[in-house]
Amino acid sequence: MTAPSAVRTGATPTALPVRPPARQAGFAATVAAVAARTVRKFVRSPQLLVTTFVGGATFMVLFRYIFGGAVAPGGVSYVDFLIPGMVLTSVLITGTGTAIGVADDLSQGFTDRLRSLPTRRLALIAGRVLAETVIAALGTAFTAALGFVVGFRLHGSIAQALAAFGLCVVCGFAFTWVFVALGLAAGNPQTAQGMSMLAYPVIFVSSAYVRVDTLPGWMQPVAAHQPVTALCNAVRSLALGDPALAGLAHTTGYWVLVALVWTIGITLLFAPLTVLQFRRAR
Amino acid sequence: MTLTADTSGRESGVVHPSMEAPIIEAEGLVRRFGKVRALDGLDLVARAGQVTAVLGPNGAGKTTFVRTVATLAKPDRGRLRVAGIDVARHPERVRRLIGLAGQYAAVEPTMTGRENVRMIARLYGQTRHEAAATTAAVLSQLGLDEVADRPVKTYSGGLRRRLDLGASLVGSPRLLVLDEPTSGLDPGSRSQLWVAIRALVAAGTDVLLTTQYLDEADQLAHQVAIIDQGRVIAHGTPAELKNLAGRDVIEVRAHRAADLPALGEALARALGPMSSDQPRLDPASTRIAVPVRDGRAALTAAAAAVTGLDVDIDDLGLRRPTLDEVFLTLTGDRTDRRNP
Repeated sequence: MTAPSAVRTGATPTALPVRPPARQAGFAATVAAVAARTVRKFVRSPQLLVTTFVGGATFMVLFRYIFGGAVAPGGVSYVDFLIPGMVLTSVLITGTGTAIGVADDLSQGFTDRLRSLPTRRLALIAGRVLAETVIAALGTAFTAALGFVVGFRLHGSIAQALAAFGLCVVCGFAFTWVFVALGLAAGNPQTAQGMSMLAYPVIFVSSAYVRVDTLPGWMQPVAAHQPVTALCNAVRSLALGDPALAGLAHTTGYWVLVALVWTIGITLLFAPLTVLQFRRAR
Repeated sequence: MTLTADTSGRESGVVHPSMEAPIIEAEGLVRRFGKVRALDGLDLVARAGQVTAVLGPNGAGKTTFVRTVATLAKPDRGRLRVAGIDVARHPERVRRLIGLAGQYAAVEPTMTGRENVRMIARLYGQTRHEAAATTAAVLSQLGLDEVADRPVKTYSGGLRRRLDLGASLVGSPRLLVLDEPTSGLDPGSRSQLWVAIRALVAAGTDVLLTTQYLDEADQLAHQVAIIDQGRVIAHGTPAELKNLAGRDVIEVRAHRAADLPALGEALARALGPMSSDQPRLDPASTRIAVPVRDGRAALTAAAAAVTGLDVDIDDLGLRRPTLDEVFLTLTGDRTDRRNP
């Protein structure tokens, strides 16, 4: 229904505005506008930068120097074993910020404003996920660079290192859906922060910082069959050039495949869930 | 093309039939959250070309109603149309006609005012060029030129609200939906926002606003709907609503607040036959107000009752009720029964 003119009873006689209904932005324009805002907020918020970068760096230095003498993973030094796991898990730790940010937008009415606009809701979500993936890539690059500073050296080829980086970004993409869903479910930043704590057992009960076969017997099956372990094993195999150096029985290709299956599975489960949650008028 | 017939029978030289349709028509809206009925059969018609205020205490259902109009919540039952468009069936069409400013200033604090408005303009599908022009126009319309390039986190509460209002204008909405636009603002910022809202109305934007402030409804609205427990319990112009609270109010100002209870009892006894309400005591201003049916007789009775007491009186008079009193008359009795 179009309204060619807008004379209305009760309005002042001088006001005869012509008001065609507002347009709908294209998918790409919506994605770009939402992504730009998310990245801007990240780079302009000291507390987010500190959590992501300073927090991650502290964690790395502590692990590298405190456990460096005590933990002997076998074929390689602990620092070479540790850093691939550190880089991969930094993506998940950054992700907790995503959940808190999404919940904050919800409780502050920002999400309501966006949802009241004539935009495609899928594009609003896609913009957010894109931006969070970019942020995860930045965090990955930073953590890897820091790894080299504390003594990490690549054992594999440059191509393998790039593949490892790519896998971290793919992991960031998959887990962003999880953290956005978590933020939407939480509804306020405090709850989101509490719920994000669930990431820590998943991160620690894995091959991220120690070999799975050094864990207590009952914990090993849990650790062996979860996505963080699969992703860490793949990234580590690529960084070391040889899975055997990390005490892994399968080939690099095998671990990369398992890691990709996990990320695809997580995305297929959480992306529709997130979109549904976001679309649902409450 | 479907046109909605105007059934209200208003005469006019209106050019386009769809413009005669009420901007909002709600029929029997019900919305439950668990056991709570946030909306419980809400009926409301807001005419085009007007400011309609929805007034009610906390938890009355104001925000749920506004969210429903803004397509953010779906009613469990009932029908809601905005500019003749069914909100449940065509939310995407309604979104093209409305602008929303919620209870919180929904702007990004790390971005500047200009960046915030430009982002919204881009989300309305405007090109970079158009978005820059719209942004400049909106910022100057709300007197935000000077602060436009400062990060929003440096803004005062009032500036943030004005920017938020600006963001809701980017799409040139026919209906502006404002949920408690001035809650938490100091009086100066409130009146500045009122000025801005009045200017929009003069330019032909319809406004639906919720408020807890009776003076805000009185100042801004042509029509007021008082809602409580998810229903409209009274509606009309502010003047019509004031007539609901009894035609007159007897007001007595005591010299000392400590004398108020005794004074209240005496007035209740003397004015009981002429009033269906208990005297309202306001210790802060040492005043007692009693709505009455027959002002002159009540004044005589009140004077007699007060003379018989050993209490210092500063003032005794007869006046028109305020919207506050209407509100208390309509919602207060039930509250008293519930919490004896």
